[in-house]
Amino acid sequence: MVSEIVVQTTGMNDVVAHVRVDSDRCQGHNRCTALAPDLFETDDLGYASAIGDGAVRADQIDAAGLAERNCPEYAVILEMMSP
Amino acid sequence: MSTIDWQREFDHFSPEYAADPFSVWDELRDVCPVASSAHIRNMWVPTRHEDIVAIAHDTEHFSSRSPLIAQFGNMSDFGITAPPISSDPPYHTDIRRMLLPFFSPARIEALRPSVEAYADELIDGFIDGDGCDAAADYAQFIPVRIIAKMLGIAPEDGDQFRTWVNALLENAPTNIEIAGVNLAQLYGYFYERIDARRKDPGEDLISFLVSQDVLGRELSDPEIQGVCLLLLLAGIDTTWSAIGASIWHLAGHPEDQKRLREEPDIWPVALEEFLRAYAPVTMAREVAVDHEFKGCPMRQSEPLLLPFPAANRDPSVFERADEVILDRADNRHVAFGVGIHRCLGSNLARLEVQVAVSKFLERVGPFHLADPDAVRWSTGQIRGPRVLPIAFDK
Repeated sequence: MVSEIVVQTTGMNDVVAHVRVDSDRCQGHNRCTALAPDLFETDDLGYASAIGDGAVRADQIDAAGLAERNCPEYAVILEMMSP
Repeated sequence: MSTIDWQREFDHFSPEYAADPFSVWDELRDVCPVASSAHIRNMWVPTRHEDIVAIAHDTEHFSSRSPLIAQFGNMSDFGITAPPISSDPPYHTDIRRMLLPFFSPARIEALRPSVEAYADELIDGFIDGDGCDAAADYAQFIPVRIIAKMLGIAPEDGDQFRTWVNALLENAPTNIEIAGVNLAQLYGYFYERIDARRKDPGEDLISFLVSQDVLGRELSDPEIQGVCLLLLLAGIDTTWSAIGASIWHLAGHPEDQKRLREEPDIWPVALEEFLRAYAPVTMAREVAVDHEFKGCPMRQSEPLLLPFPAANRDPSVFERADEVILDRADNRHVAFGVGIHRCLGSNLARLEVQVAVSKFLERVGPFHLADPDAVRWSTGQIRGPRVLPIAFDK
């Protein structure tokens, strides 16, 4: 049997990943909110969390990656959705 | 090449180190990643990113009692405190939590119009000439004015602050008399302000502090004086240095000036790159208990220098670590430290550096170093240009 290969096209509004912040590690550097203000927010003390359920659209993936790769505490976690 | 034996006689007060710490770190990382200094009470100095980060996170073996190291003693030897930077948990946790809301992203963002207006006012003062000293005529004034505003103190007192802080950070660590005189004056000044706020509170940080408890009791006057000392020590020379060093870099790199003018959208990333490459602040710790670290026999109360700027230039973590790449994407720099002592004022510093440097670029137009040999960098734990003659191209 020949398996069928489905070619998916990703629209800019499709959710392609999720971000979250490990609150045990976060020290409030505020790098994620500075670099990806649409994806992260901070509380009154400056500690970060993902906005909503942390869903990342295709057009936000660069910002999400930047936030992950700029966190000095390795507190920002970016998980790609399996295709 | 320097005549200093950096492996055994590390000296962060030397003019050689002020002029070029980069080659010192590069040499040490390979051959002696934890250097020492026999003449500074057996001070230890790690230079690799992984070691600096590990020590900053290890509050069990490394105490923050002495964030500044003088030639003649540790800060804790003299009973000088500047909480929360000079403290360990649980006291640190409590007092830091009290201060954090004053420095949250939202509270700091509200200061942006004041920083912009002040930068404009300073630029108005020299824009019609052929040039300026970007350190002395510009960068140094901005952080002082903003700290005075937060403390609820008259802006004209800022000159006095700068004199004290500059003396304490640059001259006091090698001269005990300068340390004593300047600390006494600073404490006296704040004693009067604290007393005034107890009687007639306002909306400022000192008024807030006199109303606060720590570990279930009221904050004492010496503790409030200590917090004020911290805000001045940590908030003035540091940001002055970061603004100055960024302008120094741009003066020598017209292509980077052009790019920031044409692509202002890269500012959030470029700002982090300036902070990585020209991180001004080296912190310090005290060995809390005898233990061995990377083969080094560390004894209780020995000082340890924590050069975050060296971590930021470690080629094992940052590609082309010695180059400024304005749109660098991988950038876990530790300019503001790492762990529980992450710089309380990091949001304020970012705001001031971004506003000050972008205003300068925008209003002055293309510029270059008027005399590269005249540039002077500060010595000690805060590194930045103190003399920075700039010529306007116009």
